[in-house]
Amino acid sequence: MKKIFALLVALAPLFCTASEAGPALEAAPINLADKISLQRGAAAFVNHCLNCHSASAMRFARLEDLGLTEQQIREYLVFTEARVGDTMAVAMDPKVAKAAFGVVPPDLSLAARSRSPDWLYTYLRGFYRDADSKSGWNNTVFPNVAMPHVLWEYQGTQALQVDEKMDPHTGDMKVSSKLVLERPGKLSRLEYDQYVADIVNFLTYMSEPAQTSRRHWGILVLFFLAGFFVLALLLKQEYWKDVR
Amino acid sequence: MAVMNKPPVTGAGRFNGVLTWVDQRFPLVRMWQEQLSEYYAPKNFNFWYYFGSLALLALVIQIASGIFLTMNYKPDAATAFASVEYIMRDVPGGWLIRYIHSTGASMFFICVYLHMARGLMYGSYRKPRELIWIFGVMIYLALMAEAFFGYLLPWGQMSYWGAQVIINLFGTIPFIGEALAVWIRGDYNVSDATLNRFFALHVIALPLVLLGLVAAHLTALHEVGSNNPDGVEIFDNIDPVSGHPVDGIPMHPYYTVKDIVGVAVFLLVFSAIIFFGPEMGGYFLEANNFIPADPLKTPAHIAPVWYFTPFYAMLRAVPPMFNSQFPGVAVMGAATLILFILPWLDRGKVKSIRYRGPRYKAWFAVFVFSFLVLGYLGVEPTTVWGEFGKGLPVVGGDYVALWVARVLTLAYFLFFLLMPWYTANDKEKPEPKRLTW
Amino acid sequence: MTAIVRDNVDEKRRRLLLIATSAAAGVAGAGVAVPFLASWLPSARALAAGAPVEANISKVELGQQITIEWRGKPVWILMRTPEMLAILPNHDAALVDPLSKDSQQPTYVKNPGRSIKPEVFIAVGICTHLGCSPTLKKEIGAASDMGADWPGGYFCPCHNSRFDLAARVFKGSPAPTNLVIPPHRYVTDAVVVVGEDPKGA
Repeated sequence: MKKIFALLVALAPLFCTASEAGPALEAAPINLADKISLQRGAAAFVNHCLNCHSASAMRFARLEDLGLTEQQIREYLVFTEARVGDTMAVAMDPKVAKAAFGVVPPDLSLAARSRSPDWLYTYLRGFYRDADSKSGWNNTVFPNVAMPHVLWEYQGTQALQVDEKMDPHTGDMKVSSKLVLERPGKLSRLEYDQYVADIVNFLTYMSEPAQTSRRHWGILVLFFLAGFFVLALLLKQEYWKDVR
Repeated sequence: MAVMNKPPVTGAGRFNGVLTWVDQRFPLVRMWQEQLSEYYAPKNFNFWYYFGSLALLALVIQIASGIFLTMNYKPDAATAFASVEYIMRDVPGGWLIRYIHSTGASMFFICVYLHMARGLMYGSYRKPRELIWIFGVMIYLALMAEAFFGYLLPWGQMSYWGAQVIINLFGTIPFIGEALAVWIRGDYNVSDATLNRFFALHVIALPLVLLGLVAAHLTALHEVGSNNPDGVEIFDNIDPVSGHPVDGIPMHPYYTVKDIVGVAVFLLVFSAIIFFGPEMGGYFLEANNFIPADPLKTPAHIAPVWYFTPFYAMLRAVPPMFNSQFPGVAVMGAATLILFILPWLDRGKVKSIRYRGPRYKAWFAVFVFSFLVLGYLGVEPTTVWGEFGKGLPVVGGDYVALWVARVLTLAYFLFFLLMPWYTANDKEKPEPKRLTW
Repeated sequence: MTAIVRDNVDEKRRRLLLIATSAAAGVAGAGVAVPFLASWLPSARALAAGAPVEANISKVELGQQITIEWRGKPVWILMRTPEMLAILPNHDAALVDPLSKDSQQPTYVKNPGRSIKPEVFIAVGICTHLGCSPTLKKEIGAASDMGADWPGGYFCPCHNSRFDLAARVFKGSPAPTNLVIPPHRYVTDAVVVVGEDPKGA
């Protein structure tokens, strides 16, 4: 009986999946060729995210990819005792974090691959004030998230406006919600969107630093293989003239 | 010594001397002739005949890339996930080796499935090629096991939970199930012990088994010669002058040179994926697997990798019976094992689908359709097509996809189980005496 | 009749295509080999671990030696006293390679004292015989346990190799060459970085 139950529990998620649910995700304007954006994103990341989140697969030294020198990395991006060759470890002790937030803030090295850039972009712009939550904040993309709105001073504070309308055809109540800016922050809406875009751009880079190089090599390899295919085909057709 | 009186090697230019020395001590010339330059194969091989050599290429690619991954991967639950990212970021060229291996696994299955389809279509499993087919099905099973063990190694959420679910399936086997599951895992849950043994199985044990089976598969093939799209035996028609089949051509140079074209196309597709879309929309590298394994948190949607999904859909289609999910497991197992007896189910007079009657063609279409749609259903959650209205009899309130999967599972099995009847009672076309060209 | 009819075979074209395709295959093979072979180069982790090491020598007194670790090896930093430096030129005849012609050191320490600053001596503390780490024997003459004419230096306990206070090997030692001097540079008078050459060197 126990093992059947265990099996059903393990398989249960299959049968109670919600569909890809959640609010529609807005497209994140990713441009990994924009090194200045990546540099701004790196600075924002190190200043605001690295306090609680780690990026333990990413080395500071690798940021030379963004067009920075080792000197610049050390001066502007390394705030702890870490050497430039070290990985981006978190400043906070995970136990302290767990006590404060109820969950250890996840490592962000691969956030853009497990969540998607669109998710991160919508998430960072989707915080709103919620008096009922532990941190005082909630999020449209990640309901009841333990993370507070770290960037609230830049964005300002948003509220979730919930409207209930009766659908004239079916008589059902249709609930719709949207985010409304209560109090503006230091940045305008456009400026904040750009700020978040830079961070998400950086997170996308960080999730796979080799991706620009990968695409570049891909073009060369495909061209070469196309040529090789032509040669091989000519060779085959020449020999197969013998076959009747 | 008589062996020193063998005729010297000619035609190799400046290498004649060295090759003669070798040939006196190793059957080099004989192997070359028997396997290549004088191994006669039908001249009418088409598109479907590329995939055997491509599957062999995929095996070599997986072994080579796998060896280099093992040089940096750490098979320890605490460090495995991080070691994969180490390969992706810190090891020069590591990202390429990783993508070659992850993409190569899927390419291997694509080639194997198309290769098996060829076998089904042209009756390549029929006498005297039953043993080639049996070795082939054994390779297919070994490959599925190899892929399953390998998938645990990155130690992501999908790796962990996929392994947990599949091993729990073994736990449903009556009487021995629970003990068996603990024995497979080496622990009460998928853990470091499981990871370590799966690593050993994936890296050396199964590769050796695969290599042995492939050697047996090719040996059996060369013993009886290849089939062809017409299903007509070329060795029934020997040219009196040359002693060779009139419709046969030597493997070398004709099929070596043709297979190279196949390799070029394979590498183009392979590279396009590796360099521009290694995740393949989440089918080759799942998003959830970029999260380290967490025994306390089950992902919302566990699905096996795409090449297992037809059988997974069958598993989910069968309801629990006698308080056990074992019937579903049994059906899933039977779906693969039934392939073994195919040579003896087929009572047709002709081998190739080109000359089969309408009944076989209809059932074959049903089989292919079922397999593909079951594959799709296995990827999606059971809710994918919504529910039937509550008022309907039998199916009322159930998920549509569930019932479609049940019907298709039945269709899959009927293709095999009814085969002795519909192949014996079909209006087949006359087979030609010579190959169509 | 057979399926193969070799009439009108253009051997030249076949040879040409064969060579061209083989050459392309060779290039492809070499191309594929590159990332695999490159994966054996030191990874970013190894490079980070092998990175240059900074040492602050302001607190090291004259006559004292500190040991730091660089690339997994012990590196000695010895503050040589004027007395030690004075004795250094006096025993060239007893040395295997007094001018360090056959020994490993950067060009900028090719002087009798084998250092940038005469009083700060830096060397890799691994015996050039079989890799043990020699011990410092800085007492001179009768005060040491090395004999009356011992000018101060290093003694390797494994096979009795002896080196002077510029790590030059004495004749009669199993070690063939003087100890290795690592690349190093002074950031300031008090801070030296082991593992980097001075700018312009």
